[in-house]
Amino acid sequence: MRSVSIIGVGLTKFGEHWETSFRELIAEAAGKAIADAKVEGKDVQAIFGGCMASGRLIGQEHIGALIADQLGMTPVPSTRLEAACASGGVALRAGIMAVASGTYDVVAVGGVEKMTEVSTEEAATALGGAGDQEWELFNGATFPALYALMARRHMLEYGTTEEQLAACAVKNHANAANNEYAQFHREITVEDVMDSGYIATPLKLLDCSPLTDGAATVILCSSDKAKKFCEAPVEIISSVQASDSLALSQRSTLTAMRATQEAAKLAYAQAKITPKDVDFAEVHDCFTIAEVLAIEDLGFFPKGKGGKAAQDGETALNAKVSINTSGGLKGKGHPVGATGVAQAVEATLQLQQRAGKRQVSNAELGLTHNVGGSGATCTIHVYKRL
Amino acid sequence: MKNATPLIWRNSADRYNLLGSHCATCGTDYFPERVVCPKCRRKGKIEPKQMPPEGKIYSFTQVHAAPTGFEHETPYYIAIIELANGVKVLTQLVDSPDEKIKIGATARMCFRRVFEEGDEGIIAYGFKFKVV
Ligand SMILES: [Zn+2]
Repeated sequence: MRSVSIIGVGLTKFGEHWETSFRELIAEAAGKAIADAKVEGKDVQAIFGGCMASGRLIGQEHIGALIADQLGMTPVPSTRLEAACASGGVALRAGIMAVASGTYDVVAVGGVEKMTEVSTEEAATALGGAGDQEWELFNGATFPALYALMARRHMLEYGTTEEQLAACAVKNHANAANNEYAQFHREITVEDVMDSGYIATPLKLLDCSPLTDGAATVILCSSDKAKKFCEAPVEIISSVQASDSLALSQRSTLTAMRATQEAAKLAYAQAKITPKDVDFAEVHDCFTIAEVLAIEDLGFFPKGKGGKAAQDGETALNAKVSINTSGGLKGKGHPVGATGVAQAVEATLQLQQRAGKRQVSNAELGLTHNVGGSGATCTIHVYKRL
Repeated sequence: MKNATPLIWRNSADRYNLLGSHCATCGTDYFPERVVCPKCRRKGKIEPKQMPPEGKIYSFTQVHAAPTGFEHETPYYIAIIELANGVKVLTQLVDSPDEKIKIGATARMCFRRVFEEGDEGIIAYGFKFKVV
């Protein structure tokens, strides 16, 4: 298999885009990435797009063809991939494998979601499809409820507190304030989180990532040709994916995500690194408890100590390990299908020293962690400068 | 939830009676029912099995923001119950005073209306649990 690198990235602003259509979001992110990569549209040989729920959210399927059409890239093959909130991560992985296999030299990987064109209840119902429709959503379990069940159990087994969970949201809003693409630029306090009202106890409104419109694109190239286009390509040194039971109740534990743990093991082996080598990570904080689980399952902190680590500031910018410098899903926003690709964009910006006020000093090794549903799909990617 | 009739109909035995599966090869119980035993796969022998109707609260949450079809019920409790045979079931917790809803509390299955398909659609019934 050939080594694969990112040679260009593009993002739309994340937020509520009432004035911009789904297809315009795709075109904006892709246009920026193609310009950034200094490739011509004709150099792109295939497109992979992550999108979770466009059918439910805007009534549009067949996103692969729509992307190729809107970018003027027909007749290149263009495929949509869906793995709930990990749709972007699996699309990235599909693109990497297509280049690594030698099938293509240059491909575009996009992710997109438009979530604010339906009511909050309808969006919640659509997102509920990321869990087990017949046995979770049917019984009235929302997505926040599933993560709340994990949080309650983590609090019981390890003494994690609501304030420790809140610390994740506070830190991510602080990082988002330095990200021009983020949905929120307002710093918040632990008190703000504690007073924000329960969505599903013990999770409150400010423990939850928002509904977001947005798109992200990366251009991938075989590493041996990457420097033809880009001065500072970012090599992807591992790309892994793991699965677990769709329904939360079927898992042996609620305080760890086995898909993350298994994927992490493989990712570190493939990259020949240990968790200690990672300078920064974008982790899947759809809820604050998810960030706590992620930093434990990825091996940055021992099991049960993630909440305390967040509270002690060990995950802040340039602390022990910089977690979610972009603002994460909480602060940057979470257009579900775009998130996995947007994480790769942040990793690239950090390694190319283009992250501005949120730049991690001496960023040499980055990791992205994208989760689908309540932990049934996980993708992990590891990056360094080529 | 639109056109849920087939969904409500086809699993009614499971939903009304907590009917799951048992693998005769490895002895594992499953709920909801499975076609294939994940442990034994081709060597598995799946047969229907009634789940024990009682268990302990493994985790719970009170839902304040409901999905479509459950708006009028908020706030309501969702729990994972660990049944006497170790199988875990996600369910609503009903008819239980707040102070009795704790991890480890014993809960028993009851038969309830789960949701309605709009004003004129059919009504979905199924299991819920209450603290005893
Ligand atoms: Zn078996």
